[in-house]
Amino acid sequence: MSKRGIVLYLHAHQPYRVRKYSVFDTAINHDYFNERVYETRSNNEMIFKKVADKSYRPMNQVLEKLLERHPEFKVSLSITGTFIDQALSWTPDVIESFKKLINTGRVEIVSETYYHSLAFFYSRSEFERQVEAHKSKIREIFGVETSVFRNTELSYNDSLAKWAEEYGFKGILAEGWDPILEWRSPNYVYRPAGTNNISLLLKNYRLSDDVAFRFSDKGWSQWPLKAESYTDWVNVSLGDKQIVNLFMDYETFGEHQWEDTGIFDFYEDFVSRWLQNEYNTFYTVSEAVDEFQPVGEISMPHTVTWADSERDLTAWLGNSMQQEALKYVYELEEDIMRSDDPELISDWRKLQISDHFYYMCTKWFNDGDVHAYFSAYDSPYDAFLYYMNALRDLRWRLYHKHLTEN
Amino acid sequence: MQLSKMNILMLGWELPPHNSGGLGVACYHMSKALAMRGAKIDFVIPYTASHPNIDFMNIHCATPLTPLQRYGLGAYDSSKLLNKSFTKADMNDLKDMRGVQKRYIKFVEYLVGEKCPDVIHAHDWLTIEAGIRAKELTDAPLIVHVHATEFDRSGSDNGNPLVHEIEYQGLMMADRIIAVSNITKGILVQKYGIPAEKIEVVHNAIDVASFDDGYVYDYSTYRYLESLRYAGYTIVTTITRFTIQKGLVNFMRAAAKACSKYDKIVFLLAGDGEQRDELIRLSADLGISDKVFFTGFVRGKQWRDAYSVGDIFVMSSVSEPFGLTALEAAHHDNALIVTRQSGVGEVLNSIFRYDFWDEDRLADQIIGIATSQALNSSLKQNVKNEYCKISWHDVATKFYNIYNSMKQGVVS
Repeated sequence: MSKRGIVLYLHAHQPYRVRKYSVFDTAINHDYFNERVYETRSNNEMIFKKVADKSYRPMNQVLEKLLERHPEFKVSLSITGTFIDQALSWTPDVIESFKKLINTGRVEIVSETYYHSLAFFYSRSEFERQVEAHKSKIREIFGVETSVFRNTELSYNDSLAKWAEEYGFKGILAEGWDPILEWRSPNYVYRPAGTNNISLLLKNYRLSDDVAFRFSDKGWSQWPLKAESYTDWVNVSLGDKQIVNLFMDYETFGEHQWEDTGIFDFYEDFVSRWLQNEYNTFYTVSEAVDEFQPVGEISMPHTVTWADSERDLTAWLGNSMQQEALKYVYELEEDIMRSDDPELISDWRKLQISDHFYYMCTKWFNDGDVHAYFSAYDSPYDAFLYYMNALRDLRWRLYHKHLTEN
Repeated sequence: MQLSKMNILMLGWELPPHNSGGLGVACYHMSKALAMRGAKIDFVIPYTASHPNIDFMNIHCATPLTPLQRYGLGAYDSSKLLNKSFTKADMNDLKDMRGVQKRYIKFVEYLVGEKCPDVIHAHDWLTIEAGIRAKELTDAPLIVHVHATEFDRSGSDNGNPLVHEIEYQGLMMADRIIAVSNITKGILVQKYGIPAEKIEVVHNAIDVASFDDGYVYDYSTYRYLESLRYAGYTIVTTITRFTIQKGLVNFMRAAAKACSKYDKIVFLLAGDGEQRDELIRLSADLGISDKVFFTGFVRGKQWRDAYSVGDIFVMSSVSEPFGLTALEAAHHDNALIVTRQSGVGEVLNSIFRYDFWDEDRLADQIIGIATSQALNSSLKQNVKNEYCKISWHDVATKFYNIYNSMKQGVVS
């Protein structure tokens, strides 16, 4: 009989933020991602090093310790290509510590787009190129293959599942959102509508968000959260079902919830407590897919994400600025690819990183304060202007390349 | 009295290079022209700064604020004023506009005690109260020079009531009023009930010589726009504060209409202001964000080059007492499109005019110029012959006549 399992999945990502790139830079300086001032929120190196100190290094130590101490402990990670590139430039020891984790054989890497992009919704060809680029990067750096897919911001719909099945993935991740699930529980493996050979793992958002969002919220009735009560909640939620999928940002540990909230100790304690019961275990995402048969079919014709209270893509394409910016960047695809110029292609792809559009989000109020916290700019309008100037410069470079070649 | 023997107390709010708009530029040039004729001018500003290029008059700094702190107060907007009554204002609180004004008045009281002026010349509501106080103390004639009214700044009849009150008081107390255009004179007569005979219209001028300072257009400042120009695009420019007074929402809608008919045009919006975010959003709503360029606040080379990169300059104001930027744009080789609600149109003929709300007409005019080389070049050429005729020297002569026409306090 299968053990009762937790599927812990952490997502590590850092974007290349566009610097304060004005109309006076356009057609002159082409270093969109290289903010010259160090101590500023749009300086990628500064942010990466800061988050490495606060989150990547201490959390990797915690994971290493848990893997050593508990043979049953397992974790799945998705690490974007833009994360790996920046880590290699500025904190190569972080990559080394990830390698160490992966070499235990109990840490699985999840597939996604290299550039944390929304390409699936704009260009299937570009999307597949980015998935392929990510696969080879993971192979090159960590020496492992991927078999389960997650799309940017856990965005998911039926056609994505069909694509993933045809592409050869055996599992795919999505949000376990109530309006979709209705009476059903996220604690089972499901089959995406219209597929035969791929399984769907759904995030248990209540239990995930207790840690990811509410852990340090002093206004929350359950604050301060102890590992003991959290273990109870997971037990109750799981009951005699299959698995509890705890999906969250890697940066939850140390960056969204700072060390002084006790998040690291809490997590160590929780893992130990969970494994005190001999019928309990952890599964990686592909192990969960192998272990359990889907109990039913789930259909999501419309795109669902793990973001905001709407669980949709409106934080990325809800306003006209975002729609315009996305339109212009994907319009360039044919010309950029034809240029066959690695630098142009790389800059174009960096401009597809979904975070750029997130910074342009104008949904204030409840979700907005989260957005403001993660923004590199004074306002969504600034984000839009810098982005558009960079995009025009890219177009200018493309044009001048054609001129000089013809 | 000869102008050369006259002591003029000028009450202003800004001077270049610490100006945020046209008021400072106009004050600078008219003072210079008066000084050239021998007048002795004491010019009061509400902040402390050095003006190395101004040696023709005495500049008095009324408060220890830096020019930057004064920008924070807003040189023009009365929106920051709120409803504080004057008696409650603390003249030691220089973060508050009323506090600064109170301090400014104290300083003027001290100044006129030292030296009695022959004429007091106050510019706009910001200095009107100081002007009235100086008149009380010295019995010298007060000239209120209106560059803009609260009706212009608010773009409506619903401006700040306190500012309306101050303006009204100043207009009543003034011995003579100078308005920068007939449009402004009309507002003073119609909205404030001031007798037309009390008001003299003196248009601003442009000092062409001040632009001949060895300036050479730098093609690399707006290199991307230049590359578009090379590819056959027409650059439509406006340089202004992004406030409701400037009619930029209508301008943006007209831009979208023009783009839907003719592709090869782009729009350069140089400046900053409270409507900036709204305008950025609007350009995206209208689907033309790729064709609209925002520079932020520009000065120096970036400011001059913004004029030079343009082919067409649009002044879209809902209510513009004068509009010096149109003359500056003409000097830098732009065809002009100006609203009928802008005073500068009264001194020019070779321009296109439209009503600020008439987006179709503006779109039509933009496309007309963009698609006709002949129209483009004749507008540019002909307007040059017109603005050259307007000089600050003539403005000084008119001031002199006004100063002398006042019996009270002036002995000839």
